[in-house]
Amino acid sequence: MSYRSTPVPDDALEKITVKGLDFFYGDFHALTDITVGIKEKAVTAFIGPSGCGKSTFLRCFNRMNDLIPGARAEGRITLDGQDIYAAGVDPVDLRRRIGMIFQQPNPFPMSIYDNVAFGPRLQGVKKADLDKIVQTSLERANLWKETKDILGRNGLALSGGQQQRLCIARVLAVEPEVMLMDEPCSAIDPTSVQKIEDLMAELKDRITIVIVTHNMQQAARVSDFTAFFLQEMAGEPAVLVEYDRTANIFTSPKDRRTEDYITGRFG
Amino acid sequence: MKKNIANAIALTLLWIAAIVTVAVLGTVILYVFVNGIGELTPKFIFTWPEGVAAEGGIWPTIVSTMYVTVLAMVIVTPIAILAAVYLAEYAVQGRLVNTIRFAADSLASVPSIVMGLFGLALFVEAAGIGFSMLSAALALSFLMLPIVMRTTEEAIRAVPKYIRWGSYGLGATKWQVVSRSVLPASMPRIVTGIILATGRAVGETAVVIYTMGQAINLPITLFDSGRPMTVHLYLLAMEGINLPAAYGTALLLMILILTFNLGARYFLRRNRKV
Repeated sequence: MSYRSTPVPDDALEKITVKGLDFFYGDFHALTDITVGIKEKAVTAFIGPSGCGKSTFLRCFNRMNDLIPGARAEGRITLDGQDIYAAGVDPVDLRRRIGMIFQQPNPFPMSIYDNVAFGPRLQGVKKADLDKIVQTSLERANLWKETKDILGRNGLALSGGQQQRLCIARVLAVEPEVMLMDEPCSAIDPTSVQKIEDLMAELKDRITIVIVTHNMQQAARVSDFTAFFLQEMAGEPAVLVEYDRTANIFTSPKDRRTEDYITGRFG
Repeated sequence: MKKNIANAIALTLLWIAAIVTVAVLGTVILYVFVNGIGELTPKFIFTWPEGVAAEGGIWPTIVSTMYVTVLAMVIVTPIAILAAVYLAEYAVQGRLVNTIRFAADSLASVPSIVMGLFGLALFVEAAGIGFSMLSAALALSFLMLPIVMRTTEEAIRAVPKYIRWGSYGLGATKWQVVSRSVLPASMPRIVTGIILATGRAVGETAVVIYTMGQAINLPITLFDSGRPMTVHLYLLAMEGINLPAAYGTALLLMILILTFNLGARYFLRRNRKV
């Protein structure tokens, strides 16, 4: 379905495997029994109505939910076969391998250069190597041409769409294997949205991308696989209704609820 | 109709209140300015007082005030920032933290003369430091500590959570998030708090009168005594020694404090702009 790049073969490896995941915020049971395999070097979209837990699920992959008091996950998530919730796994190391882009572009209030160099500096990359990393990362985020002469300018001075690409460059600078994108386009203008969608198609040659979106057209445009989440009753945990190649989800969904959602009968 | 009258009365009262506020400030400034401006010459600023009537200048008192203020700032800043980081980022929010916060707020409202008495008892006498820059700076730091700590804590809390998320998302440890993202992002407001507290210290009289002494010295070491501008002003005026010089000192003091306040505003504005 993703017309911008070569289709993902059927025998593509699973980068992230989720088995029987349940997730809780304190007493609130947010997700139940989620089982899904995220294919390597592909774009996977999570769709569903607001409040269906798709962002919560995404944040399980880099254990960002650990920061929320009372949040806990049960079940198993593996990255390259390795359990990421096992004792002895440091979430700090995990987050270097799994980068994240947020709904609100969040450049740090510092120069464009320092924003991109932030992650490498955390890992103690030598000063001499930073210039190269900053340039390469900005190039990969298609932002180099616009910023090469203003690297010293504050990142917040950029437009919203440029800020989001700066955040992508910042994540790319730590060379993650997976990039999680939590509604990355919902706070920016349409021209910038297109640039970011193009960028995703380019990036997936090298990294695995998971995107949460409430925009079904976007899911159809950018993703190879789509997972549809739904909370059927208020107060009940959300479930994964259907997971398939994006083409199948949008042309011949197997579940009635998926069909109702993508044809706009609810949500 | 009735509504309009009520509205007009309310508006008039509000106007009067606003005008009174501005007028009081304006009168004080104008009064000190008119009486003090004639004194404000380079000679007044840069020479020593002479004779029984304290003719001449006030240079040693300016140095004493600056010395003790900078020293107090150097003592306060690291302690206040570390305490605020602990309170805002590390401490388990609950009764203990609320108690610490309440203590800090109470400390800020202790009358400064009480703080001066305490400084006299603790530093000048019990610790045996004597009337000195160090005693005065330590006592002043008690006064500044809660101000800087609370403004720093507020500044840290005001950092948007997505800045933290971004930092965590790049594989930062908690300490890296705090030191490399949160503190730099809150620095303009922290510095503003420090400048405002420093302005308060410059104008402080009660604390230093008990801890620095009154001798007209040019302080060099930490253990030298001195006479700050505020105390000089007090003595000149209360004992009727030299009223024009008192006004000159008052005007200079106001200019200094105004500079601090404007500096804080300028700093905050410049850093808000991107």
